[in-house]
Amino acid sequence: MNEEIKSFTISVYTENNIGLLNRISAIFQRRHINIESLTTSQSEIEGVNRFVIVVNITESQAKKIIGQIERQVETIKAYYHTDEETIFTESCMFKIKSELLFEEPQIQNIIKESDTRIITVNKEFFVLEKSGRRFEIEELRKALSAFGIMQFVRSGRIAVTKDEMKITEMLLAFNNQ
Amino acid sequence: MKETQTIQAQDASKQTTERICGSEAVIRSLIAEGVDVLYGYPGGAIMPVYDELFKYQDRIHHVLTRHEQGAAHAAQGYARISGKVGVAMATSGPGATNLVTGIADAQIDSTPIVCITGQVPSHLLGSDAFQETDIVGISTPVTKWNHQITEADEIPEVIAKAFYIAKTGRPGPVLIDITKNAQFGELDFKYEKCTGIRSYIPVPKTDPKTLQEAADLINNAKRPMIVWGQGIILGEAEDELKAVVEKAGIPAAWTIMGASAIPTSHPLNVGMVGMHGNYAPNVLTNECDVLIAIGMRFDDRVTGDLRTYAKQAKVIHFEIDPAEVDKNVKTDVAVLGDAKASLQSLLPLLNENTHEQWLQEFKKLYDIEFEKVIKHDITPTKEGLTMGEVLKEINKQSKGDAAIVSDVGQHQMIACRYSEFNKTKSNITSGGLGTMGFALPAAMGAKMAEPDRDVVAIIGDGGFQMNIQELGTIFQTEIPVKIVVLNNEFLGMVRQWQQLFFDKRYASTVMTNPDFVTIAKGYHLEAKRVTKREELAKAVEDMMASDKAYFLEVCVEKEDNVFPMIPSGASVSDIRLS
Repeated sequence: MNEEIKSFTISVYTENNIGLLNRISAIFQRRHINIESLTTSQSEIEGVNRFVIVVNITESQAKKIIGQIERQVETIKAYYHTDEETIFTESCMFKIKSELLFEEPQIQNIIKESDTRIITVNKEFFVLEKSGRRFEIEELRKALSAFGIMQFVRSGRIAVTKDEMKITEMLLAFNNQ
Repeated sequence: MKETQTIQAQDASKQTTERICGSEAVIRSLIAEGVDVLYGYPGGAIMPVYDELFKYQDRIHHVLTRHEQGAAHAAQGYARISGKVGVAMATSGPGATNLVTGIADAQIDSTPIVCITGQVPSHLLGSDAFQETDIVGISTPVTKWNHQITEADEIPEVIAKAFYIAKTGRPGPVLIDITKNAQFGELDFKYEKCTGIRSYIPVPKTDPKTLQEAADLINNAKRPMIVWGQGIILGEAEDELKAVVEKAGIPAAWTIMGASAIPTSHPLNVGMVGMHGNYAPNVLTNECDVLIAIGMRFDDRVTGDLRTYAKQAKVIHFEIDPAEVDKNVKTDVAVLGDAKASLQSLLPLLNENTHEQWLQEFKKLYDIEFEKVIKHDITPTKEGLTMGEVLKEINKQSKGDAAIVSDVGQHQMIACRYSEFNKTKSNITSGGLGTMGFALPAAMGAKMAEPDRDVVAIIGDGGFQMNIQELGTIFQTEIPVKIVVLNNEFLGMVRQWQQLFFDKRYASTVMTNPDFVTIAKGYHLEAKRVTKREELAKAVEDMMASDKAYFLEVCVEKEDNVFPMIPSGASVSDIRLS
């Protein structure tokens, strides 16, 4: 019964209430599962939030966790998906000394080739932003770290699924009851 | 004429909304939910509500427990025997944290309670104010739902939601934390009961296909076995279960939380499953061809080693909580929904049957258990008193009509094994959490909810001392519960494990006890101690005859063990008789 541990993206549609983040993260904590990343935002439906949580677990663990998340009163619906079933991306930012931009022409090549955006430049520093897959961000970070990075930050994964999620229909069904 | 109509209209609107303060709204909301009794303990942050309780004392009875844990367990006992929502109230900080054990107990045993806590004024939240604690954060993992109210006008709606969530679907505890400013603040009061929440599906839809699949499996089974749990009691599906069991002639066993749903004397009631359950249903779990689980959750104390649990059987799981399906045991057919409705629909699909031969196997194994264990427990020949014979005497004298409230440990297993139940909702115990200290306060709540029933608390000497202070509540509130302490001067269940698995190293399980009878008398309760067999029947008789609270200590054999026993992690079929 040694099931494969895989990366799963868990999507949770919820009411937008205080304390729900705590309630959902506690389900992972209880089972001693580390959350690789967690993002919460407005979803496509007004007033409904969406959590995108990435965890490395087995599929049977994912199923049980989905059940326990859906059991929460303010959860509308939860899903799990493999990487192949989702379109996902992460975003990152680098803060780098401005003088390097002129002293190290290689940096300009890296920026161009990696499709990285310069958000701001001033006398002291400039800021780069890039969205993409983890490996692309890692490549960029390695390339830039040779020159010195003042600050680096990466967001959690955001993802949409290839399959449809019928949240709007579910909410309509409730309203029509 | 027109004028009168206008005046009448104004009167009507007055009735629907009224300007009152938050604390009064709390009480009025509780009354609107049909609450007639609640358990609690006052303190700074909940004082405005207590002030209103004083004004409404003719309509709602507040019972002052001696500890907030007692209040939570009393609310549980009230809920468990009546099926209604129990209510506990406490102040902020330590008052709130003292409720947590009872809340966790209610969560794991699916008991509908609503706990109301006071909280520091909202402008002080997060500032480490006096008696401030993040009770919403603390209680999150052990509540079905919780919420903090910071404005008076939220009160009626949130309380309505709390009661709705606590009692619908798979029931559970709800905690409402109310800041002091919300209690003082004013609102236009209007109470509307909650009838639905869009993100919450209390009862999942039953797929008729699964019912037919279940019926087909049952109809074709040669050796079917039912294991029912508390879902039958919570769903009030006792009659439906009995009808299914009788029509299809299926031997039916119960988990500790399902006890009493079908009378003990029913010929198809084959006893308790689990660690200290009966021999036959445990052994035959691994020999049945179809295992029908109804309103139970395959707790590890029921299944033992999952890798060897009912592997030969097709498993049907009737369950209200989709998260329980396939959680521990892989099912072949899952019938989601409410037990009552599902069993009603199942009944006409079933063929009449008797399974006589299969039932004989249960009888054979029962006889073995009787010879090796039961006989020695209930009709001992040795000098010392056994817990089993005390239970037998209580059964005899109560005629199986009493509600038995047990604590946690050896006496609990004995109480559940040997109580003879005639009525449902008669076995009140802390099953999932195993909370020592549960029984005394839970018995108070049970007795107050059903004053016409005899409520007998069966408690060990260890658990009794965990909430012994509630004797004060029993005295002050004049709650006529019968309290039986089975005293073996040990933390008996842990001692048993030390004997069996830790080479008799009795680490911290020896109890040097006070004189319990003197303590009970100190609380002005009638109290008696029994040390000899010949005194037992008369003592139980006096206790059952008393119309007041009564304390009976029975000094039992010190190092008796509870058998049968499935050692922790072993297979159900490796159950030991000695």
